[in-house]
Order: sequence, then C-alpha cells, then structure tokens
Amino acid sequence: MANNTKIPDAADDPKVKTLSDLPDHVPNELPHQTGFLNRHQILERSPTLLLIGSFLVVTIGGIVEIVPLFYLENTIEEVEGVRPYSPLELTGRDIYVREGCYNCHSQMIRPMRDEVERYGHYSLAAESMYDHPFQWGSKRTGPDVARVGGRYSDAWHVDHLIDPQSVVPESIMPKYAFLMETTLDGEYVQDLMETHRMVGVPYTDDMIANARADFVAQADYDSDWDDLIARYPKAVVSNFDGQPELTEMDALVAYLQMLGTLVDFSTFTPDASR
Amino acid sequence: MSDPKKHQDIDKETGVETTGHEWDGIKELNNPLPRWWLWTFYLCIVWGVGYMIAYPAWPLINGATAGVLGYSTRGEVAAEIDRYKEQNADLTSALAEVELASLGDDEALNRFAVAAGGAVFRTNCSQCHGSGAAGAKGYPNLLDDDWLWGGTIEDIAYTVNHGIRNETDLDAHWSQMPAFGDVLEKEEISQVVHYVMSLSSTEHDATLATAGAVIFDEQCSSCHGVNAEGDTSMGAPNLGDAIWLYGGDEATLTETVTYSRFGVMPAWGPRLTPSDVNAVAAYVHQLGGGE
Repeated sequence: MANNTKIPDAADDPKVKTLSDLPDHVPNELPHQTGFLNRHQILERSPTLLLIGSFLVVTIGGIVEIVPLFYLENTIEEVEGVRPYSPLELTGRDIYVREGCYNCHSQMIRPMRDEVERYGHYSLAAESMYDHPFQWGSKRTGPDVARVGGRYSDAWHVDHLIDPQSVVPESIMPKYAFLMETTLDGEYVQDLMETHRMVGVPYTDDMIANARADFVAQADYDSDWDDLIARYPKAVVSNFDGQPELTEMDALVAYLQMLGTLVDFSTFTPDASR
Repeated sequence: MSDPKKHQDIDKETGVETTGHEWDGIKELNNPLPRWWLWTFYLCIVWGVGYMIAYPAWPLINGATAGVLGYSTRGEVAAEIDRYKEQNADLTSALAEVELASLGDDEALNRFAVAAGGAVFRTNCSQCHGSGAAGAKGYPNLLDDDWLWGGTIEDIAYTVNHGIRNETDLDAHWSQMPAFGDVLEKEEISQVVHYVMSLSSTEHDATLATAGAVIFDEQCSSCHGVNAEGDTSMGAPNLGDAIWLYGGDEATLTETVTYSRFGVMPAWGPRLTPSDVNAVAAYVHQLGGGE
C-alpha cells in the first residue's frame, strides 16, 4: 500500500480531517436548529436516554391497550356452559397442538355473515377461556374448526385423519394414520391438569383426583361414565376410533367432537354492545 | 433560530445545509420533509381524532366510549344476517311450510329450494357424501336410486333432520346389525358371504353359497328380506344390487358380517333452519335417485 502513489499520505490528504484542522467548532455537535422540536436530538444522541424514552412509550401504549381488557365489563363476558376440558379432551388438545393443526386450521369464527352461515355462531372469547395457549390460529389452509364438534360422525373423523383424501378427494391435508397406533394410558394426565390449574383453569380437587379414571371412561361407552358427565357436562363418551385400545386417535377425536358445542345458542343471546 | 455564523454549513454540490455531522468526509444534508408527506401526516392525526369520536375507542372505568355512530361488530353482523333473511323471507317461509311432496308443483319455489339446498349441501354435507354427492366408502352415494332409509323427499328431509344412529336426537333412524362373529362360526360366515355374493351375481363358490342360503334365511332375512331386497324402514340395504356401501368383495363382506357396521349421521335439524332442511332435501332428491 505504501508504494501506491495514487493514495496520498494521510497528512496530505484533504479529506482526512483532524480536530486541529477544524476552524472553530467540533464535529458532531448539536446542529444549528435550536427550536423546541429539535430537542429530540438530545434523545437521539444518547442511547441510554433513547432506551428509557422508548421503554416509557411502549409501556404507556401497552397499559392503554391491554390493561382495560382485564377490567372493562364489555370485554369480559360470562357464558353459561363453558367448562374446562375433560382429561381425554385435554390430551387430545395437546396432540392437536403437537401436530401443528393450528397452522392450517383456525378456531375463530369471525363475526361476519359468510362465516356465521358456514361455520355457525361466531366465536365468543369465553369459549377459549380455558385454552392455554388458545388455538385461534391465523391462517386457514383448511376450514375453521371452532364448531366442528358433532358435525360429523366419529367414524368420519377417524377415516378422515387416517386418510383425508378417502372422504374428501380434493383435500390437501396430510395423513395422520399413526395416531391409531400410539396407545395412551393417561399416566401424566393428572400432572397436565394440575399444570393447567396452576395457570388458572378451575379444575377441582375432585376432577384432578379422578383424572385417570375419567380419561379411560370417556373412551369406553360401556364404562360407568355418569360421574364423568357430571364433572364435564356435554362430554362425548364413545370408543372414538373403534379399536379396543385407547389411542391418540381417541383423544384427538374426543377433543374435536366437543369443539364449539358447550354454549347453547338457543338460550344464549350475546350482548350486541360487546 | 439558526445561528449562521457558528453553524451554517452549506454543501457545495447541492447548496443545501448539512446537519453538521461528518463521518469520514461524508456529510448529511438537512433537507426539510416533503410538504405532501408532512400534510398527510397532519391529516392522519386529524382523521385519528375523528375516528376516536365516531367509533368505540377510549377505555374508561367500566366500559369503553361507545362512539357517536354506535357501531358494534356484533350489531353489524346481526343486522347483515337480518337484512339477508328479510330479502328471502317470502321464499324461506314458504319453503319451511311447504308440503314437500308437492314442492315440484311450485316451479319458482322449487328452483329456489334446489339452489339453496345445493349451497347447504356443499357447506355441510359434502365432507362425508362428497362434493358431487357420490359418497365414499361408508358414506352413501346420493346420486343413485338405492336408498337405505327411503328416497322420497319427505324421507330425505326426515333423515337430514334427525340423522342416523346418533346420540343427540331421540328420533334418529336407529338399527343395529349384530356382529355375526359372535353368533356364527367362521365357516358359516364364509358361506353366507358367498351367498350374498351370488345375489349380486359376483363370482362366488356355488357350494358355499347354497349352504349360505339357509343361514341367510335364518339370520339375515328378517331385516334384509327373504329376497335380500332390503328394508328402508330399518335401514337394511338391498343386497341384490351391485351397489355397496362398504364394498362387495369377499374380504369386505366377511368383515361386515363378522363385526357389523354402524354408520352414524349427525342430526342437522338443530344446526339448519327448517327451510334449509327442506332445501337440502329437495336438492338431494333431484340429484337423480329421488323417489
């Protein structure tokens, strides 16, 4: 480099400035405007101040936008019929999350006529109040499933999950036949429910104590399931997958068959102001 | 405002003031914001204020400000649905009350019913019966004239309303074929399967079929009929035709006889309006096989 005559020596280069070259001011000082609006330059030039300022703005915005949702009467709606998931449904819900069903299926019927006519009554916030995390989704490659419960037979769900194209030839949904092969014994369902209780789902001691019994009973129509229905009204009891073993398919179909069925819209009229 | 003596630094190339910063000889011009941008910005602020007055916006102690327009999403969807219902009110109320057997006499109403029924079918029924109503294994084809529970328009409306073998509707069609694996020996099942295959003229073993005829008479004829013609009052399929719900080959028939089948259809009465039920019945009825 030193041999390159085209590059002048730093001392002779007019573009290289040092402090001593400058006439009577230091570079990077406050610019010439001094009006009130230009005070933001104080913030812009101090990373610490900028950080504190940004934090304050985001905090205030967050408080104004989020906090009222927790106390405003018209954002909290108590709806009769909504209950925590039964142990089998909760397990099925975990499978739903594990398989990423939410990537293609939403659980959120928006309040628009076309959606209401296709899927049923628009979703209420209360219907996902025991969801941790909620499964509203944000994309519909497949249809919304917020009210899929009871629309089709158990056998249809099983056929459809094993091979969607066998019943809906135009479907692009992948096959989930392997759910038929993984058996479940509900070993951890009690822990799962306790975890949900920790984050606010009102599982009673009775529900937790009977978790495993309810888990097994819901997939066996011949079992004694009166207590299960008393604890979880409207739970569907069935041998969902038609196999003697209790499999992941049973759990997932149990979950799908209760989706959107808890609220009785023949008696519940949503308040239009909400 | 500015102190030219101390700060003003004009870029020679453009004649525009610089911000006074300098990095390795690079200076930043201090052009003002374009006027159009600035005015759009101010207009957005004004519009925002108007929006907050017109629509629900500010959270207060108990509720949010309602806005002078009184808008609510729920109110809007309810109004939209009512508006639509009102438009079709004459037709839907006529369709809800019509004597289904004579629907064909009213050409305009029939045309409406078939069009509306097609929409109902594609939304709710196509998942099982197929978008063209040709069905799938275990889900009946609705295009042919082979009916499990009756193919008159009233029968179809009843089936749609109450469904088949579901737990939710006490009036649902209900029947249950026994699982003959518990009743018959394997040989006997094989015999009866070959007899059933002979009925629909599929290739079969004549010796087995002859023996199977006796078993069929004893075990099956009470529901499927002496001539295996089926019985729509109990959803027993006709076994003499070439139409199979689950399949007519030996393996499938053996499975059906051994374990039986239990096809379920949900009750649609609670989900659809009476006029929608009649509409979809009219649609299915005119697909080809209506009686």
